[in-house]
Amino acid sequence: MLIPHPLLGLRDAQEFTYLGDAALLNRPDGLTAPEAFNDYVYLRDNPAGVHRELWFHEQGDRSWLIVTRNTLTHDILGVELARDVALGAKGAK
Amino acid sequence: MRLQGGLIDRSKTLRFTFDGKSYQGHPGDTLASALLANGVRLMGRSFKYHRPRGPLSAGSEEPNALVELRSGARQEPNTRATVVELFDGLEAASQNRWPSLAFDAMAVNDLLADFLTAGFYYKTFMWPRAFWEKLYEPAIRNAAGLGRLSMEADPDAYDKGFLHCDLLVVGGGAAGLAAALTAARAGASVILADEDHRLGGRLLAESDLLDDQPATTWIADVESEFASLPNLRIMRRTTVWGAFDHGVYGAVERVADHLPTPASAVRQTLWRITARRMILAAGATERHIPFANNDRPGIMLAGAMRAYANRWAASPADRVAVFTNNDDGHHSALDMKAKGVSVAAVIDARPDAKAFGDYRLIAGAHVTSSRGRLGLRSVQVTHDRGREWIDCGALGVAGGWNPNLQLASHQRGRPVWDDTLHAFLPGDLPAGMTVAGAAAGHGSTQAALASGTKAAVEALAALGMTALPATLPRAEDRASGLHPLWHVPGKGRAWVDFQNDVTVKDIRLAHKENMRPVEHLKRWTTLGMATDQGKTSNVTALAVMAELTGQSIAATGTTIFRPPYTPVSLSVLGGGDTGTHFRPRRLTPSHEWARAHGAVFVEVGQWMRAQYFVQPGETHWRQSVDREVLATRKGVGICDVTTLGKIDVQGADAGAFLDRLYANPMASLKVGMVRYGLMLREDGHAYDDGTCARLTEDHFVVTTTTAQAGPVYRHMEFARQCLWPELDVQLISTTDAWAQFSVAGPNARKLLERIVDGFDLSNAAFPFMACASLTVCGGLRARLFRISFSGELAYEIAVPARYGHALIARMIELGADLGVTPYGTEALGVLRIEKGHPAGNELNGQTTAQMLGMGQMVSAKKDAIGAVMSRREGLLAEPRVLVGLLPVNPADPVVAGSHLFTKDAEQRTETDEGWITSAAFSPHIGSAIGLGFLANGRARLGEVITAANPLQGQQIALRVVSAHFVDPEGERLRA
Repeated sequence: MLIPHPLLGLRDAQEFTYLGDAALLNRPDGLTAPEAFNDYVYLRDNPAGVHRELWFHEQGDRSWLIVTRNTLTHDILGVELARDVALGAKGAK
Repeated sequence: MRLQGGLIDRSKTLRFTFDGKSYQGHPGDTLASALLANGVRLMGRSFKYHRPRGPLSAGSEEPNALVELRSGARQEPNTRATVVELFDGLEAASQNRWPSLAFDAMAVNDLLADFLTAGFYYKTFMWPRAFWEKLYEPAIRNAAGLGRLSMEADPDAYDKGFLHCDLLVVGGGAAGLAAALTAARAGASVILADEDHRLGGRLLAESDLLDDQPATTWIADVESEFASLPNLRIMRRTTVWGAFDHGVYGAVERVADHLPTPASAVRQTLWRITARRMILAAGATERHIPFANNDRPGIMLAGAMRAYANRWAASPADRVAVFTNNDDGHHSALDMKAKGVSVAAVIDARPDAKAFGDYRLIAGAHVTSSRGRLGLRSVQVTHDRGREWIDCGALGVAGGWNPNLQLASHQRGRPVWDDTLHAFLPGDLPAGMTVAGAAAGHGSTQAALASGTKAAVEALAALGMTALPATLPRAEDRASGLHPLWHVPGKGRAWVDFQNDVTVKDIRLAHKENMRPVEHLKRWTTLGMATDQGKTSNVTALAVMAELTGQSIAATGTTIFRPPYTPVSLSVLGGGDTGTHFRPRRLTPSHEWARAHGAVFVEVGQWMRAQYFVQPGETHWRQSVDREVLATRKGVGICDVTTLGKIDVQGADAGAFLDRLYANPMASLKVGMVRYGLMLREDGHAYDDGTCARLTEDHFVVTTTTAQAGPVYRHMEFARQCLWPELDVQLISTTDAWAQFSVAGPNARKLLERIVDGFDLSNAAFPFMACASLTVCGGLRARLFRISFSGELAYEIAVPARYGHALIARMIELGADLGVTPYGTEALGVLRIEKGHPAGNELNGQTTAQMLGMGQMVSAKKDAIGAVMSRREGLLAEPRVLVGLLPVNPADPVVAGSHLFTKDAEQRTETDEGWITSAAFSPHIGSAIGLGFLANGRARLGEVITAANPLQGQQIALRVVSAHFVDPEGERLRA
């Protein structure tokens, strides 16, 4: 698989470490919403189809990426820097 | 027998042996062609019935002629004689036979054929169940397999490489050459890969002319133009064996397999080719027509027979016959005749067949049997006028051609049946792939050339490049006139899959037993398995099944293919990542110094760390370790702790960031001070520990355990980029940048005073848990941390990694009168267990801050990773806490992993009260000691409990004590 890194172009998937569902970005606040942690820590979607997931460019520039991938076909539909996504979500709050 | 002509170099003679007997051949020969030229048709035994077999094909699809190549450590089983390039001194041996190829005792299986039918294993070895492990499995394993492994390590070197191109062309035959030429002329970066050592593919095996010249003339012209095109890379002896996602292809280049001694170079290279477009021009494989006793040596594919004659000037016999259902079979007969081989007859199943030349044609006839125990003597021909035996030493069978569409199917694309061509064609293609030439059903040379050109023009157009179609030579454009004949009806055994000994009867039985879907048929009969993956048998088998079920072949369907296209050695997949290359070793800055001073090393992850230093006279590791521990507690010890992960954390929000990473507060840490930090996983369990040193307001240096240096850094980057991107903080790993030494013991300060450049080390100026940037040894920049893992007065000093060796040498030199002693990881472990410090054994991913006695460190005033989940009821109710353990009888051992029980209690899972995590012999205490988690341990100090070690049958009485065996008040480390 090749992952189109937003900064570095097409990179081999071997350079990355996989983490999983990008929902991990939506960490609840520990002081104001402790009750939300069980779902955050333990419940993940594992769809057969389009999935937003976290990949770490460990053998590269150490960016965390959010890769939108069809798990059935390995088609990659979009790649963003996780940092941009997280900042966007914080700005929206 | 050897014929005239051919593409072999008769000016040189090569000697080789087969089963110990010497033969001669020429450069350009394969092992199979050289053996045929020497009159050897018998080359192997079949898998199940041990039937005598000769080569069926002249290529990589070969099911029969598998040999063990070379000897000693390089002995390689299951190599196909049909593709082994002959070299001088080649040694080959037949396999799957005993005692010899001509007389094989296991051929008794052939007499049991009625018993060893489809599904034999499934039906026979079902019961009694107890027999499986002791009797059935060993017996099957003994009988199974074809070649033997040498059982020695592979002595050769293998490599991996990466290539990128606009267009990858797989196959260097007519279509592939036309495609590569068209694309390379247009300026695209092109890779042309072919499994053969010589470009031309099937053109090399044919007598047809291109522009009235031999095909080799046109090929030579193309190759000379190729040489002038720097944007084209030709990879000979390279098999593209897998098509993976996103245009990534796996290829193996056999760099030195054809050399007498492959040791001189890399033997094979595994290439990962990333191609924007790919043209599959892999050609086609001929299929045979099963008839009774169709597996005798000498019976082969008709196209292979003429390939041996045209390319290799070899014939399996001086008198041959052809059995065909199409015109192409006749061309094999014509080519054999042209080479001076006598053609006994062409037996054509089509009643209306016409002869293409002067030979005996028997139209509307079938070959119905054969004779010849170790090689064909005659074939029986049956027609409506009767039955006759025709003498011949070889029979070419021509059943039509199957496109080589395997790579097109590697992304689950299902081949589709073409009723006109009577063949499966590639179906849904992987993105970026097009198929050309015979692989796409364009079987004639002219059609193949044209389709290769067209595919290249289209592939480049898809990349926004313009290619002009190459001018093509005039070439044959014959129709095949094929009329399907999938098998000759009859009673005898008619082989479909030669390698796995699957006959028409077996397919009939599978049908009867309702194993009708192609996937079931394959597994029930083992059809299409093993080294050839059914290249010459799959389509025929499912056509037979279609006939039995009364369905069309299209409705019957086919199994799909997985990589690899042909067998790939595990050695090349390892690609040289063997031995220490499999897992590179990381050496500490003091490695050479330690080695010169008697160190014995131990692997810690990738690191090699000094385990202990052997002094003259020491004969047991315990002597060395005890000495190092006592010397450290008495004088001063030095240990290389470079391997601990070091992460530089900088930025205005560095403190706030670390506050969220560690369970305990960090933002409040004063500049110039160090704090122990405990990280939790988000699920509330302990993750890792280390120290945080605040060098300036916005600059921290944090340490991790050796084992978790990589994962913790990844985790911190996750927190920085994904959770709190708004914080002004930057991270970088500096583990390899700084050499770091622990200097521990009552004389530590005195020793360091001798190397620091005018730095006040007094307790008042530089107290416990202080840190500073400073210089040592006259200007060398350094970092000093007053932290202690041993419980002694201790420091850790860091200097740029390249000065690590010099620094330890200097400190050992300057500390001679202070009793300075280097110590290794064993002593480090003893010292920390004596002090009750948790390490990897205690932070094993299953324990909590509370269990470690650090529950109160988890701050409730701030949000930190894992803090919320660490307060779950279940975790808070966990009664086990870290305690120290001492044997009641000082001579008794303490064994890590032992489980703890109340004295005299019944020992069951329900009564289990904890376990021992770490144990060591403490020279300070004078006995073994341990750390462990014990239920309600804090309230049980002084109690005698039992440590159960059922593995060694031990029941040891232990006294529960404080985990701090040394200096529980902490006076020494604050001294």
